[in-house]
Amino acid sequence: MKIGVFICHCGSNIGGTVDAAKVAEAARAFPDVVFTSDTMYACSEPGQDGIIQAIKDNQLDGVVVSSCTPRMHEPTFRRTVERAGLNRFMFEMANIREHVSWIGKDKEANTNKAIELTGIAVEKLRRDQPLFAKQFDINKRVLVIGGGVAGIQAALDCADGDREVILVERESTIGGKMAKLDKTFPTVDCSSCILGPKMVDVAQHPKIQLYAMSEVEEVGGYVGNFEVKIKRKAPYVNWELCTGCGLCMEKCPSKKSLDHFNEQVGTTTAINIPFPQAIPKKAVIDPEFCLKFTKGKCGICAKVCPTNAIVYDQQEEIVTESVGAIVAATGYDLFDISKYGEYGGGRLPDVITGLQYERLLSASGPTGGHVKRPSDGKEPKTIVFVQCVGSRDKSVDRPYCSGFCCMYTAKQAILTKDHIPDSTSYVFYMDIRAPGKMYDEFTRRAMEEYGTQYVRGRVSMIYPKGDKLLVRGADTLMGTQVEVEADLVVLAAGAEAAVGAPQLAEKLRISYDKYGFFMESHPKLRPVETNTAGVYLAGACQGPKDIPASVAQGSAAAAKVLALFAKDKLENDPMISFVDIKRCVGCGKCIQVCPFGAIKEVDFRGEPKAEVIETVCQGCGLCTATCPQGAIQLSHFTDNQILAEVNALCQL
Amino acid sequence: MTKYAYYPGCSGQGTSQEYDSSTRAVCRALGVNLVDIPDWSCCGSTPAHTVDHLLSSALAARNLALAEDLDAAAVITPCPSCLTNLKVAVHRMGDREFRLQVNKLLDKPVDRTTPVKSVLQVLAEDVGPAAVAEMLPNKPLAGLKLAPYYGCIMNRPPEVMQFDDHENPTAMDKLMAALGAEVLPFPLKVECCGASFGIPRKDIVAKLSGKLLEAAADLGAHAVVTACPLCQMNLDLRQGQASAAMGRKFQLPVFYYTQLIGLALGVPQSELGLSKLCVNPRLALDAMHAAQAEKREREAKNEAGKQQAPQAKAA
Repeated sequence: MKIGVFICHCGSNIGGTVDAAKVAEAARAFPDVVFTSDTMYACSEPGQDGIIQAIKDNQLDGVVVSSCTPRMHEPTFRRTVERAGLNRFMFEMANIREHVSWIGKDKEANTNKAIELTGIAVEKLRRDQPLFAKQFDINKRVLVIGGGVAGIQAALDCADGDREVILVERESTIGGKMAKLDKTFPTVDCSSCILGPKMVDVAQHPKIQLYAMSEVEEVGGYVGNFEVKIKRKAPYVNWELCTGCGLCMEKCPSKKSLDHFNEQVGTTTAINIPFPQAIPKKAVIDPEFCLKFTKGKCGICAKVCPTNAIVYDQQEEIVTESVGAIVAATGYDLFDISKYGEYGGGRLPDVITGLQYERLLSASGPTGGHVKRPSDGKEPKTIVFVQCVGSRDKSVDRPYCSGFCCMYTAKQAILTKDHIPDSTSYVFYMDIRAPGKMYDEFTRRAMEEYGTQYVRGRVSMIYPKGDKLLVRGADTLMGTQVEVEADLVVLAAGAEAAVGAPQLAEKLRISYDKYGFFMESHPKLRPVETNTAGVYLAGACQGPKDIPASVAQGSAAAAKVLALFAKDKLENDPMISFVDIKRCVGCGKCIQVCPFGAIKEVDFRGEPKAEVIETVCQGCGLCTATCPQGAIQLSHFTDNQILAEVNALCQL
Repeated sequence: MTKYAYYPGCSGQGTSQEYDSSTRAVCRALGVNLVDIPDWSCCGSTPAHTVDHLLSSALAARNLALAEDLDAAAVITPCPSCLTNLKVAVHRMGDREFRLQVNKLLDKPVDRTTPVKSVLQVLAEDVGPAAVAEMLPNKPLAGLKLAPYYGCIMNRPPEVMQFDDHENPTAMDKLMAALGAEVLPFPLKVECCGASFGIPRKDIVAKLSGKLLEAAADLGAHAVVTACPLCQMNLDLRQGQASAAMGRKFQLPVFYYTQLIGLALGVPQSELGLSKLCVNPRLALDAMHAAQAEKREREAKNEAGKQQAPQAKAA
């Protein structure tokens, strides 16, 4: 074997504290090394050309580059050696920047460590084998989980790209949080007027199949070939027959059902269609409030339904769909305001969330767009908005900024003045975060044109005084305590991960952070991809996002899906496990530890053996560490290679 | 019977004897077995921790070390200030280094950590309002409108005290409601009464306590019910000063919650020490009795009406 070693200066990044020339010289002494050099930027075009030239001139069989993190440049150099005619896996990288030059200043010690790391890489390379990827077919249908604006956008873009889309939504209608909003910032245009047509497009698109009131139950398979089990919950109405006429709602005698769409400001009937523009526009029975379910009597809806669509004994069913890619767009939930005991949310009827206020402002809301406070239906004249309720507060375990609350509070303050011209709005804020296009101008308009009183400081407590609410807080610009007697208090509740998000992440085998938000592959350069191939993210399931960002991500995820589907076959990563069938005793421990379900038991001449499903294996190595026989090995990271590295380190 | 190591605290020997004696009486009646910590000493009270955290913790820890021999389920105290000092000491001694330093100052080192609780926590959690209600099915405090006042340190800071909601506690509310009292939604239940500023800055206490009394009076409370000797003193003893500060005359009796439970349980007056209260408790108790009498009368009338109705029908 002939090996070439290239030591990179990375400008002064490595060269500043490592004697690269000396490392190159020392590397000449390593076994099988026939060529070494040091170079200013190995990853640059001349740097790569130099490597190719050296491979050709010296008929090298493998290459070691000692430079920066393989995370960034390993794929680059693999392509380089491939261009020179080598197998891309006959390449090793030593990280002498992050692991050496950036963490120590002693040049001599650094140089020695760089030599050691280079030596380890050479020893590993000596045992490397060429690896070849396998190809497999892909199913070009996509599953979108979540029918909010991000999911709708992703579904429409994929469908417009001529791909079949399965859209799964757990509520009885799509539209998500955006459908509940009255207006959007900073344009103050009607939310349902811009979302409504998109929702209709989803319903009418021949390529989109919508499963409302459904949840993803189980996900199997791998990129290109996922098998998804979807649980279709029972609405107790045959949706094939239901025309959405609404007669059942008119006649239903149980009118105290929780109105989820209106954020529980007001009540609705036990059988209901959540809102007039619902997609699909179908009725659903809430069995907790339906008299037929609770008392066994009534049955009026079944009597009045012109199409006989009511089915009281409907059962949930499971459907299985095969898809090639999955977009998770499950959105967010609002922080539970009752966790702030001092604000009285949940105890005092006139302390409400921003989303509840949004329903009070909306013409399709429970008050027909007239702002009436929940306790006595009076029109409030003094309204206090409290920002950062459940954001940027470590004491409630929500240290992150929810991002959109500053803006929606400004919007609500503006709308309040439009609805009630003689009203006064106060906004208690920590600081204003309005970085989007036209955002800062918008908050300024709330202050300057609409006379909203912005008070910088937190509210310490809210309590009833007569029929008013006394809001006590600090004005940290004035350096004084302030008290405002309010008629209504609106808490700008922060965002948190949707209920069940971690459970879904586990089904999808993607990571999530400690708050339940899904993790992207790379926070900057791969924002809509996950570490599981074929699973993409869109919208607030990845972190709090406003509408423009959610839509942009929906489109970005769709673009990723379409790019994936542009290929007819996919290649797997060949750095995966393989089983030495002679050593395998069929104990099944590897099957138990594999987080991807990539190992199955097979019968080999009457004995159980493990077999790796090559397209599913992610090359994590858990099985190789577990196998008591050493029968399962990870290609490119075999026990022999790792022991050789350790040996090299002990000898140097 | 579960045994608790009882730490009475200094105020129980002086300014709030009625709190101490009513606590002992109520615990006895409710089956909470109190064993006094032998040779207990001052917990350091308010001044110690402002001077030296180590010495302050050592004062509290001495009592914890003595309590260990009693092999009790918990060290419990009626006074929130003592509670704070004991709990903070336990909290700080979670740090090994600090614990060693404290133990160096003690004759008998603290070996294990006995949980520290307020008597209120034990009555609310270990006994529970449901059990209290069961003992007194005829709701002896019916008609009494109460403003429950917890003070600022019974539940705070939450990471140390680990009891109830630190902004909206309800333990005392639930106990009082179990006895039939009408618990008003008192908004200032964890606001400061001025605490020990009564000595250097009487004006501050008069104003802060005044606000509390005003809020309770505006809600229509017959009385305030507290769990803290200092709060009780500020609201009760200084009610005249508070009245002057707010420019209106308050006449709100300020009970310890143990006094009211004791009253409901029929504990003898001598142990409840109602006579030690400055604002005459008779005011509240009369209002309660009047309400009860009115209710009885109303019910009797209803009953009579019901009995008459069938007769009328028959005729």
